Amino acid sequence: MTNLPVSATGTAVALSESATQGMFVTMTVAGQLFGIPVLKVQDVLGEQTIAHVPLAPPEVLGSLNLRGRIVTAIDARTRLGLPPRGEGEQSMSVVVEHDNELYSLVIDRVGEVLSLPASDFERNPSTLDPRWQDVSDGIYRLEGVLLVVIDVARFLRLDQARAA
Amino acid sequence: MDDLLREFLTETAESLATLDVELVRLEQNPNDPDLIGSIFRLVHTIKGTCGFLGLPRLEHLAHAGENVLGKFRDRELDVTPAAVDLILKSIDRIKALLAYLEQNEHEQAGDDEDLIASLNAMAEGKTATSAAPAAPAPAAAPADVGAPDEFGFVPVRAGDIATIEANMGGAQAKPPAPPAAKAEPPKAELAKAEEQAAKGGGASVADQSIRVNVNQLEALMTTVSELVLTRNQLLQILRGQKDSAFTTPLQRLNQVTSELQEGVMKTRMQPIGNAWAKLPRIVRDLAHELNKKIDLQMVGAETELDRQVLELIKDPLTHMVRNSADHGIELPADRAQAGKPETGTITLNAYHEGGHIVIDISDDGRGLALEKIRAKVLEKGLATDADLAAMSEQQIMQFIFKPGFSTAAQVTSVSGRGVGMDVVRTNIERIGGTVDFKSVAGRGSSFSIKIPLTLAIVSALIVECANERFAIPQISVVELVKASPTSEHRIEFINETPVLRLRNRLLPLVSLRKTLHLGRDDISANGHAFVVVAQVGSSTFGVIVDRVFDTEEIVVKPVAPILRFIDIFSGNTILGDGSVIMILDLNAIVSRAGDVGAHEAQTRIAASSRVSHGDNRQSMLLFRAGDGAQKAVPLALIARLEEIDRATIEYSEGAPVVQYRDKLMPLVSVTANADTPKTGRQSVLVFADKDKHMGLMVDDIIDIVEERLQVDLTGRRPGTLGTSIVSGKATDVLDAAYYLAQAFQGWFGEDDGAFEGSMSRRVLLVDDSPFFRNLLSPLLSVAGYDVTAVESPMEALELQENGAHFDAIISDIEMPGMNGFDFVSKLRAGSSEWSRLPIFAMSSHATPRDFERGRQAGFTDYVAKHNRDALLNALHENLKQGVSQHD
Repeated sequence: MTNLPVSATGTAVALSESATQGMFVTMTVAGQLFGIPVLKVQDVLGEQTIAHVPLAPPEVLGSLNLRGRIVTAIDARTRLGLPPRGEGEQSMSVVVEHDNELYSLVIDRVGEVLSLPASDFERNPSTLDPRWQDVSDGIYRLEGVLLVVIDVARFLRLDQARAA
Repeated sequence: MDDLLREFLTETAESLATLDVELVRLEQNPNDPDLIGSIFRLVHTIKGTCGFLGLPRLEHLAHAGENVLGKFRDRELDVTPAAVDLILKSIDRIKALLAYLEQNEHEQAGDDEDLIASLNAMAEGKTATSAAPAAPAPAAAPADVGAPDEFGFVPVRAGDIATIEANMGGAQAKPPAPPAAKAEPPKAELAKAEEQAAKGGGASVADQSIRVNVNQLEALMTTVSELVLTRNQLLQILRGQKDSAFTTPLQRLNQVTSELQEGVMKTRMQPIGNAWAKLPRIVRDLAHELNKKIDLQMVGAETELDRQVLELIKDPLTHMVRNSADHGIELPADRAQAGKPETGTITLNAYHEGGHIVIDISDDGRGLALEKIRAKVLEKGLATDADLAAMSEQQIMQFIFKPGFSTAAQVTSVSGRGVGMDVVRTNIERIGGTVDFKSVAGRGSSFSIKIPLTLAIVSALIVECANERFAIPQISVVELVKASPTSEHRIEFINETPVLRLRNRLLPLVSLRKTLHLGRDDISANGHAFVVVAQVGSSTFGVIVDRVFDTEEIVVKPVAPILRFIDIFSGNTILGDGSVIMILDLNAIVSRAGDVGAHEAQTRIAASSRVSHGDNRQSMLLFRAGDGAQKAVPLALIARLEEIDRATIEYSEGAPVVQYRDKLMPLVSVTANADTPKTGRQSVLVFADKDKHMGLMVDDIIDIVEERLQVDLTGRRPGTLGTSIVSGKATDVLDAAYYLAQAFQGWFGEDDGAFEGSMSRRVLLVDDSPFFRNLLSPLLSVAGYDVTAVESPMEALELQENGAHFDAIISDIEMPGMNGFDFVSKLRAGSSEWSRLPIFAMSSHATPRDFERGRQAGFTDYVAKHNRDALLNALHENLKQGVSQHD
């Protein structure tokens, strides 16, 4: 297990491709553990200045400048239908690339990079909140904790009608 | 040079450029029947045209080539490299001959028996022994073809590349290498020309140009844009620090970056002539088809602009030239009759102006046909006749840019392909450009397109609203106005719609705060605001922002896909200080805020007729009656104010009357069942018309004020016209007519509610009787009309001369000086928009004979004077239809 180095400016996660099969960057949102395939993750950032974008869907916190590229910040709590972060609670960002665009998923804390065996993988329980079903591929059974795998493409598919 | 010859050369050059490419492809796909077919047709066309123009040498050569190609097409002959070689060789010969022709305007003497023999031999199936020895692989398309070919390549000048390389290497900037000369066939003899042509259009060009993939250029441009941004950031940081060790190197970096940016931009630049290349042919074909004589002048074809922009304006330009040829230029006979030369001229003129390129497309044709546009607008239901009557010529002409509009009387094969000027404008505005036009009837019209040189970097105004910053592209910004409650420029509200008085015009305003849902108010709490006056298409409007910063050069980056549905942002960018801001699309803001153009039309009318409108204030008598609420009635309706002793009130048939000037005057109480005391003094408002009087009993008279009577709430209670704000208080405006009717049954018709859908129609009331003027004005105002009342036809005619606009006129018949019949005849005979207005007669003489006479004089309708229902109905019907009966 590798702890991710995190800096304010962000540090690229550099890992060889062959070693990334079944590897996930873990993170917590409101106490729940999530994982994103490590190949999707570009960067891990600390707290950032985010410029608000008017008329954007509620999940979109705004845009930020990551080394000259404009990154759209999505609040994971809003996306997952969770209550907003409390006053003074720290947040971090995981920058993912999707269709050549960068998105920053604003989460509570980034954990570590885990290599998970496929045998521990399970499909979503059918009783899971539809909103979670919508963004999740399935669940890994870890020791003492469950990890929800986020499908980045689906996570970024926002319901535009709600914003209008 | 002979026109025909020039056309021929232009055409053939185009065909040959295509041929080269096609032949190369043919060699790779020898069995592609489509390809062979298209090559065959090209050569065939060349042959045919040469025959027509009397160029036998070219014709023979092309003919021999066509024979061989014909055999290819019919599969009688295999496409072998040797055969393609031979064809290419013939094409080169044709090019050389053409080059000579262009220089000397006559065909070169001599023959091409060598080639023709080889071609004929091949056509007959013999192995082309005399054919050229294995020629080098066919050269690529001639270097002066600027558009990207099918492989997505554009030629780049070696000079530009050298400059960029020099900059990349950090070397001292050198002046760019002289641009490569265009492939200029030397005046020397044919052999030499042929040798050059064989090398693919000229040795010098071939040596100095390399092909670069367009995508690579795009990527380079993006990188440079990033560099520019970083440079800007650095400069911003440095601005705060004096005497830094970084100053000098940063200045160098600044300079080199600018040069690099310019250099890369240049590689993407192409002469606008590339977009024009096909126009001469199009115009020629059009002229033939329409039997017109048209000369196309092209000035400034070498003016360069970004190839991305070039691609985007190609179609709009073509469409506009087609339009000029199709609709603008008249038939030769018509032109001769109008005293103009038979040959019409369409001029294209391109030049640089600031960071923009301006392209003018003008013709000396008939100009825009206002009447046709008007008719078309009505036919398509884009506006009503009444709307049109209120518009200026320029406003009506703007309709050509409306979706679904096309003035082509007949759909010719060249125009009327479903693309209208609306598409042209949309396309141009999409790339941050503007279209403007002028038209003089009989003299021609002129369109002016202004577009940015490049789309990648734009100059933008940075503004702030609710503590957030936004960029507004500078091209749409006309001026900035500072507005505060105390300054000369103050934001005013009409029914919560903000407007600004700017140089005697009302400027519609759009609140950025509201549009972006950043707050519910239009302006910040302290009342200070800036108005960014912007022009998008034909509409001018102001955007209210809190603060205005600098202008900055920004690199436009597309908005992330998940935000792309927000049409208000055309992109986003990173400012010099590193912050991300959104770029506003003013077009979308206007459409979100409603059709400002339409609003503007109305406010403009309002402003222009303010002269006739300014003294529309009325003296109002304020009083209290019944429930104690303040009430008002136009003072002019009141003959006098009386105080009577209640003891003198008598009753006639149960209704109170008083003896007044030797007659019985009925008394009416404002509140129906009010218990009036039997003693003391009673205030009475006396209404009089001619010899009839009526007294309205009120509790007490408060004041006389002068106010513009504007009824805000329509009354639901009988006897009240509605509620208005007078002296800062909600005031019921009394419907005098209601009480008059109570007093004298049949004086007026039944009361009727307000009419809907007639908002802001302007009505001119001409009546010499102040009583009726004052009675009808509030009545019409309540029905939703904007009323201007004058006391004589002469005054009305004066308004007409001053250019006032109305939707309808109501006129009395018996008037001193000029009667209603003469008045209407005079209006109908005139040529102003007033001649088409619905005009209503209103008279106490209402016999069928009067009606007939009224109609003959030109009145739209004839209404008996005391029948206000009929009047309102007539107005309503006519204005609703929007078509007067005199059109």
